[in-house]
Amino acid sequence: MADIRNNFVGIKSPNPFWLASAPPTDKAYNVERAFKAGWGGVVWKTLGEEGPPVVNVNGPRYGAIWGADRRLLGLNNIELITDRPLQVNLQEIKQVKKNWPDRAVVVSLMVPCQEESWKAILKPVEETEADGVELNFGCPHGMSERGMGSAVGQVPEYIEMVARWCKANTRMPVVVKLTPNITDIRYPARAAKRGGADAVSLINTISSITSVNLDTFSPEPSIDGKGSHGGYCGPAVKPIALNMVAEIARDAETRGLPISGIGGITTWRDAAEFMALGAGNVQVCTAAMTYGIRIVQEMISGLENWMDEKGHKDLSSIVGRASGNVTDWQYLNLNYIAKAHIDQDLCIKCGRCHIACEDTSHQAITANLNGARHFEVKDEECVGCNLCVNVCPVENCITMVPLAAGVLDKRTEKPVVADYANWTTHPNNPGATCVTG
Amino acid sequence: MSDGVHRDGIAAGRLSAEDYAINFSDLHPPLSAHEARVEADRCYFCHDAPCMTACPTSIDIPLFIRQIVVGNPLGAAKTILSQNIMGGMCARVCPTETLCEEACVRETAEGKPVKIGELQRFATDAAMTANRQFFARAQPSGKTIAVVGAGPAGLACAHRLSMHGHDVTIYEARSKPGGLNEYGLAAYKATDDFAQAEVDYITAIGGIRIEHGKALGRDVTLDSLLKQHDAVFLGIGLGGVNALGASGDEASVAAVDFIETLRQATDLAGVPVGRRVVVLGGGMTAIDAAVQAKLLGAEEVTICYRRGPEQMNASAFEQELATANGVVIRHWLQPKKVFHNGGPDVTGVELEYTAMRDGKLVGTGETVSLLADQVFRAIGQTLDGVSAAGVTLTDGRIAVDAGFRTSNPKVWAGGDCVRAGEDLTVTSVAQGRDAAESIHRALGA
Repeated sequence: MADIRNNFVGIKSPNPFWLASAPPTDKAYNVERAFKAGWGGVVWKTLGEEGPPVVNVNGPRYGAIWGADRRLLGLNNIELITDRPLQVNLQEIKQVKKNWPDRAVVVSLMVPCQEESWKAILKPVEETEADGVELNFGCPHGMSERGMGSAVGQVPEYIEMVARWCKANTRMPVVVKLTPNITDIRYPARAAKRGGADAVSLINTISSITSVNLDTFSPEPSIDGKGSHGGYCGPAVKPIALNMVAEIARDAETRGLPISGIGGITTWRDAAEFMALGAGNVQVCTAAMTYGIRIVQEMISGLENWMDEKGHKDLSSIVGRASGNVTDWQYLNLNYIAKAHIDQDLCIKCGRCHIACEDTSHQAITANLNGARHFEVKDEECVGCNLCVNVCPVENCITMVPLAAGVLDKRTEKPVVADYANWTTHPNNPGATCVTG
Repeated sequence: MSDGVHRDGIAAGRLSAEDYAINFSDLHPPLSAHEARVEADRCYFCHDAPCMTACPTSIDIPLFIRQIVVGNPLGAAKTILSQNIMGGMCARVCPTETLCEEACVRETAEGKPVKIGELQRFATDAAMTANRQFFARAQPSGKTIAVVGAGPAGLACAHRLSMHGHDVTIYEARSKPGGLNEYGLAAYKATDDFAQAEVDYITAIGGIRIEHGKALGRDVTLDSLLKQHDAVFLGIGLGGVNALGASGDEASVAAVDFIETLRQATDLAGVPVGRRVVVLGGGMTAIDAAVQAKLLGAEEVTICYRRGPEQMNASAFEQELATANGVVIRHWLQPKKVFHNGGPDVTGVELEYTAMRDGKLVGTGETVSLLADQVFRAIGQTLDGVSAAGVTLTDGRIAVDAGFRTSNPKVWAGGDCVRAGEDLTVTSVAQGRDAAESIHRALGA
């Protein structure tokens, strides 16, 4: 059986599945339930500084978009950091950690951008025996208007400064949670590393408006007829998060910096993908908020079964395995040629591949054969774009089949070349450094 | 209740009022908004959709389902009704399992097609509930057209002609419009007087006048109609019922008459039915008669059909509906004799086993007798020759060209009275519609 025990910057947990800092980790009641269900760790919902707690809106906090059958694909929220008294949270954290010594309990923090404020919050958190802290530089809504959350995360100098303060004032590992609401995720990640952070976690939520009420013309979620951008999360953001994790994992300056992967993780497969791209563990929120916390059971067994099937003994044998395969476009092999192939036995003849190709791509799929409905790829037209694969409702019905070296590509009427060749050496590239042949 | 069911002979009031209400309630209750949304989400929006090809009226099914998904049921209704003004009734009575739903790619994929018929009802109900009309009349053409028969073909023809600005007079023999929708379908397929509500909805476009009590060949003649109108459309259906060709035939009852009596009854408790009923035939009418006889409280109902299950005109769904309601379907039996007491009281029926020999159906000589108080014959209907006088027939039905024009250049025909397509409501609507287009073109020429 695969060993899925996790050691993330020295924080140990029985599995790599943590609940992210969010509503599911706002109090002992939920966290206790999560640990009973099997979660490896939690990042406690963000604490603010001592004093009157923040207040939340009293109307809707969440907006959403849905796919077919009203499957929730994306969720946004305008909830702020914990609105419970600091002391209550600290007491509960201490008790929960005592009850569950084998689980990871990390505490998310967000206080004003002054060293004294950070110093003041770190001390009592340390006293709870929590395993680490996560600096919330990510939340794009509400707190950012007060100079916190993503307002810090959008300025690399602030990230570095605060990370440094925290490292100087606590023995606990410091994880910096990054906002995706920037143009290049590598800059804040580099800043966190320069500031001495032990790790980064990403992504936090994306600034968003989920919908507009067409009766009232108010954005959703609507508070008395008005709306404010919220933080977007859930399956819809996973591709954005995967890319940002990969960018940090392969950046020369940040390579090797531990990453806790976050963003739309719903299944074991999502988790494995994040880890393959370089995340040391993962954090989950929306999936738990959609289906309840017991989804972790599927995540654990799915990950174990896959690792057993593939012979991966422990997490270190999968983390980062895909990062080396993320490259720049210019290094992709232009001699690699694939053609779509439709399995006629699996085809249900919906014709979506045909119309997608016909209307919007390369006119490379037939609709008829001898007067009967028949969908088949025309190799002489197919550029291998994969659109048909993506729109086909039957899994594995259409596949991309690579052409072997020497085989004639009917589209170009040239044989497939075995050698690797990319844009940097392509004759059409005016800036090509090394033109061969 | 058991007393009622076990009472010998033909009797009314076999069941309690509550049982009648339950038995004759909607066969497919309407989908709720949630059910419709979940079902509509299953549609793949196929290219050149097979369901659309399979629909005799070529409704753009993927489009109307997509309109339901996005919360636009009235848009969906317009999509349906622009091809099939009787989309509401067709949603209820179409054998979708042999038409659109059989062709659905999800039938191929999972054996569970999208419930196109029920979604069509959802959309058309929305439009009729909102009393939303989608079609306006064109400028008056000054032409008038006589439509004979206010059934599906005649009404569809009249509606399309009215859209083109023509004035239409419908000559209808019976006291109510709707044709088989009103008189000939099982009650549980069109509850709450839907047939009349739909006629009102269709005729609300204006320019359509219905004259009741006017039968062709009895009250009006084709010549007189041609003198008064610029064109004539015959949607006269099949007025005659085939005889059994068995002795004692006169003691049997036409299934269509039984269904009509039931449909027109104000109180089902007043409709008599036998304790033991035998229905002879294998089509939709046989099923409708048999199931309704059972639902009226007959203890035993048996359908006897002279061929096998594959040859039955009734769809598999209809056959299952019958057996699920306790009707016994027996195959390879043809009627020889209806036993009766010399008067109208039937006591049983003698049947002969049949077999296919050298491609021909033959009696084997072996017979079986069944007890019966009531025998319904549902072995096909025929064109009433009197009403069709003046146009050429082919195979016992009115001969028409591709535009549904008869041998008389000013006369068109469609629906069950012509030999084209299946005898279905949806086919009749398509033919009435297409005949109207043909008439419109001819009048404009």
